[in-house]
Amino acid sequence: MSDGPAAASLGERSDRAIAPFGRRLLTVAGMDELGAYRVLRVADPVGPRPDPGQFAMLAAAERWGGGEDERPYLARAFSIARWSEGEAHYLLEDVGPGTERLCELRAGEGLWALGPLGRGFAMPRERRRALLVGGGVGIAPLAILQDTLSRKDVPVRALLGFRDAVRAVGAALLDGARVTTDDGSIGAGGLVTDLLAAELDQDEHAVVYACGPAPMLEAVRALCATRGVPAQLALEAGMACGFGACYGCVVPRRGGGYLRVCVDGPVIDAAELDEVEAHAGAPA
Amino acid sequence: MSVEFCGLKLAHPVINGSGTFDALAARAAFGPALDSEFPFAAYVSKTITLEPRRGNPPPRLWETPAGLVNSIGLPNKGLVCYLAEDLPELATLPVPVITNVMGSTAAEIAALVEACDARAEISAVELNVSCPNVKTGLDIGADPRQLEEVLRAVRPRTGKPLIVKLTPNAADVPACALAAEAGGADGVSLINTLRAMALTPVPHGGSSARQSPRRPWLGGGSGGLSGPAIRAVALAQVAAVSARVRIPVVGMGGVSSAAHARDLLDVGATLVAVGTESFRDPAAGARIARDLLAARPG
Repeated sequence: MSDGPAAASLGERSDRAIAPFGRRLLTVAGMDELGAYRVLRVADPVGPRPDPGQFAMLAAAERWGGGEDERPYLARAFSIARWSEGEAHYLLEDVGPGTERLCELRAGEGLWALGPLGRGFAMPRERRRALLVGGGVGIAPLAILQDTLSRKDVPVRALLGFRDAVRAVGAALLDGARVTTDDGSIGAGGLVTDLLAAELDQDEHAVVYACGPAPMLEAVRALCATRGVPAQLALEAGMACGFGACYGCVVPRRGGGYLRVCVDGPVIDAAELDEVEAHAGAPA
Repeated sequence: MSVEFCGLKLAHPVINGSGTFDALAARAAFGPALDSEFPFAAYVSKTITLEPRRGNPPPRLWETPAGLVNSIGLPNKGLVCYLAEDLPELATLPVPVITNVMGSTAAEIAALVEACDARAEISAVELNVSCPNVKTGLDIGADPRQLEEVLRAVRPRTGKPLIVKLTPNAADVPACALAAEAGGADGVSLINTLRAMALTPVPHGGSSARQSPRRPWLGGGSGGLSGPAIRAVALAQVAAVSARVRIPVVGMGGVSSAAHARDLLDVGATLVAVGTESFRDPAAGARIARDLLAARPG
């Protein structure tokens, strides 16, 4: 895999959860408001327990299409935010025709789902505390990761950044998170990487798990590279399929070529990237 | 509802469009179920070139009303690595393998075809002729005379079935199909994606007068449109080609249900291919084949 001292401290990814073949029709169990976000709860009696960091492709069973610009057409990729026997949770933010339609769903309505897909987070190999760094709707996979790390008695600290107070309500998805907002309305103000730098100043014997907007991930990557701290970044990219068929979701790989975010990620070891490019977002 | 196509006996008439289903990635994602529930009656590889290709810089995708513009750029590991690494694995799929190749000259295409001919795991070869001629800049497959010349040069290099994947971006598609047939093709497949583009979105709240010139959204500049948006165009082209050639036709373009597949079969296609719909559901091909069978007259 990757080289450098950072990678040495990360465990191998175990055999990952395998998705049933083909999309399956599920029923929405509920939709909860969480500040600027929604938590979509889906009854999923068939799907296997996902690994933290895995994702699913979601599409409403009815009226998928015919929204803004006669979209959406493709399913949308969402990190699995939480999973308990038979129920999956997803964190949604209405930012386009696909997410808008999904946010409208109510209990009892149908949802197409394909997953769990991709490679999730690798557990820390040695005794290191886990620093979970999230930004905006990107905090989603850190919730299920926190659940898993806590079960394994790994010390965890969550550091979350949001644009404003109404989005910072989303921090309730995780336990005991330290929060900052861009506008200073909650917490100290400033960037979540400032919180990360302060944590690393105290104790660099840590593993960083991060998910959020590309500029945040790039700042986390650069900081961790400077400090020699291993980091795993959950990336987002526009993708059509989610299972390696379309080759649409690529990011440049260190040393040349591209990684497919859907099958080589979405969680990618920071050592495999020269830079997290703030390129085009997903079809929303 | 088994069907014969260019001498291949297939369990049903539904295959995949080249470049729309990576069977090896799907096997990793879905495990053994991919093989036991394999959705296609034959597997068409993505396009293989002589040299490895990285593909186009991102962004590579743009969603349209009922469709998708892609500018992937045919990333592949090159002929040698494909034959050494991927083909042995693809050969374990429960269906015949059709290898799709592309070259920019007749000599390149001949070399690709000859290498495929030597491999028993390959049941047929499909030529992607949507490649610009390095001298003229015109797509080889858009010029009937050039296409026939290429086929005449390539045909003697293999006894395996040769299928020509026609480009829809041509003035006279049936003429191109006739040229492929005259050059010795055993079958034609159509339609490939329609040339398309998208622009970077206008930033919110900005006055357009002050903004810098709009740029193409796709890293490759332009791309190809697929999905339900092109279905009616596909039906017209498949009907027109099927009426002119005697060799079998693979019809594709926006097929997302058995009814769409039935339309293509009813205008003369022997097989139908599913492409973009597989992105929305990897098992779409199996569903379409099953529904076709259930709706079979008599």
